[in-house]
Amino acid sequence: MSVLVDRETRVICQGFTGRQGTFHCEQAIQYGTCLVGGVTPGRGGTRHLDRPVFDTVREAVRETEAQASLIFVPAAGAADAILEAADAGVRLIVCITEHIPVLDMMRVKTALRNRPETRLIGPNCPGIITPDGCKMGIMPGSIHRRGRIGIVSRSGTLTYVAVHQTTEIGLGQSTCIGIGGDPIHGIGFIDCLTLFEADPETEGIVLVGEIGGNDEEKAAAYIRDHVTKPVVAYVAGVTAPPGKRMGHAGAIISGGTGTAAEKYRAFEEAFVTVVHSPADIGQAMNDRLKRR
Amino acid sequence: MNLHEYQAKEVFSRFGIPVPSGAVARTPAEAVASAERLGGSTWVVKAQIHAGGRGKAGGVEVCRSPDAVGEVAGRLLGKRLKTHQTGPDGLPVHAVWVEQASDIGRELYLSLVVDRARECLSFIASAEGGMEIETVAASDPEKIVTVPLPPDPGVPAYVTRILGGAFRMESPQLSALASLLSGLERCLRESDASLIEINPLIVTRGGVLLALDAKVNLDDNALGRHATLAAMDDPSQRDPAEDEAARAGLNYVALDGEIACMVNGAGLAMATMDLIQLKGGRPANFLDVGGDATAARVTEAFRIFRANPRVRSIFVNIFGGIVRCDLIAEGIIAAFKEVAPGVPVIVQLEGTRAVEGRRMFAESRLPIETASGLARAAERAVRAAGGAA
Repeated sequence: MSVLVDRETRVICQGFTGRQGTFHCEQAIQYGTCLVGGVTPGRGGTRHLDRPVFDTVREAVRETEAQASLIFVPAAGAADAILEAADAGVRLIVCITEHIPVLDMMRVKTALRNRPETRLIGPNCPGIITPDGCKMGIMPGSIHRRGRIGIVSRSGTLTYVAVHQTTEIGLGQSTCIGIGGDPIHGIGFIDCLTLFEADPETEGIVLVGEIGGNDEEKAAAYIRDHVTKPVVAYVAGVTAPPGKRMGHAGAIISGGTGTAAEKYRAFEEAFVTVVHSPADIGQAMNDRLKRR
Repeated sequence: MNLHEYQAKEVFSRFGIPVPSGAVARTPAEAVASAERLGGSTWVVKAQIHAGGRGKAGGVEVCRSPDAVGEVAGRLLGKRLKTHQTGPDGLPVHAVWVEQASDIGRELYLSLVVDRARECLSFIASAEGGMEIETVAASDPEKIVTVPLPPDPGVPAYVTRILGGAFRMESPQLSALASLLSGLERCLRESDASLIEINPLIVTRGGVLLALDAKVNLDDNALGRHATLAAMDDPSQRDPAEDEAARAGLNYVALDGEIACMVNGAGLAMATMDLIQLKGGRPANFLDVGGDATAARVTEAFRIFRANPRVRSIFVNIFGGIVRCDLIAEGIIAAFKEVAPGVPVIVQLEGTRAVEGRRMFAESRLPIETASGLARAAERAVRAAGGAA
């Protein structure tokens, strides 16, 4: 088992023939991902990476029975690409694109509210990977090992650090999900915690947060009430520069939350094992699992 | 991107949001001429910088003659103004805004923001205008009213009634408020702003609503579709090193410590700063060299480090993913030969081809120390800078 994706997941790529799409799809195919085709408007009917190319996501889904789409479309058209994938009935949409305007994402989220069966990961994220099964994203496949830990993170390279440590110490990963760093994004910590809690292969969960917003505080409250598996949390940004805030009203909206200290306090109150050094994530998880 | 008050008021006017008559001036003579052209007997001269707290810092003055306007403009222009939001060096004043003084009856607070928690737009209002909204939030949170907007464009009538109630407005003012709210909402959507704040929004003794101040933050990701707004950018209000870094494709924020950091990825960059502090040192900066740390970018980063006299050691922390560590090592060695940093350099490489990368440093015979393990590398960097650990 794993969450959201496995070796059976039929994946297409939007922005398939672009530079990013080509490079990362090649890597995904090498990794063993069941990549069944791609979409680039105007290139329908051709082949790329030995896979069919379609003009629209609807066509791609009809012809390939794809269930998931990986998006590399440039920022100006990325929101449209997400909406197109949702329209075509794709169940899992992974959007790697960064720099999407926030009002575009607001529009996307409003539209997705009427489609509870559609899950969005990202944007501005490394994607999702189930080791030895399915790689939908830009993470280096080689650092992963099939194993027992579910990892969810807002950051890219910091996810790799957590992956690397859990691999080195012999725990491995069930599935790793990068939920992305944008203020308005798809699935969050709580969705991932719910999935990992229900997944029999996942024995422990690593949560990597960062400053800003209050997703970590909400995740902590959720863990306290609903998660029985051991959780290790790290929050980046204790030393982040003050005064780089977005303005008065933004601070009000977050109700004074958003600092690393408050996030750590919330996790401690939920009996989550917290680490203050990013170098200690793997060791802390290992210790926590041994104590059980 | 932030707009100056004068730019924000110009944008407001386009959307029918009422502002006092005023003009921007870049010399004292221009300021005098503006005051004379505007007419009246009292003017306000306001320093244009990208920070709040100008009033308390002497950046906003009431003048009773055009000569006084010229005098104040002369005192402000070309100087740096330091407020509690600017940092110790202050920000340069290259323009002042001269406007007719308003006959203030009441001061209110109104903003429209992209509400990340609710994933919608929200109005935030308070009858306690003119003071910092954070202060009000801390002391009297019940005096702040938040109204999330439904997803469709436009401001429903009930929103006006709620905000009118919060402002204790009489019915004749409600139609003016309705038009102001709809102007704000259109302004935010059509400009791709992430925050519009009017503090204070005033009701004059004559009962007229006016935006006495104006703050607009624009979404950088959407500037591509707003050429006119993008042209309003004022780089003088930013740290020059940060600007230079941005042009080189680096995400750089200056801090005041001694250990310069160069990291790939924003999350790992923040984590690296945290780790340095945990080991008893202080980071000199936040620096994300991006996923593909090219030799050109690394060289630029070294240049920025060398320009900072506080830097005592350099900590390079790279997690090779798709990007191979050996290629990054090549870039660092090339950069080192071009810009010798003059302080100890500690490199931590992990991930794809890290072993090869470390070997290249060893063979380069350059004074670059490679550490294995994140924690140990940070300790070495702190010790090299003469700190604890």
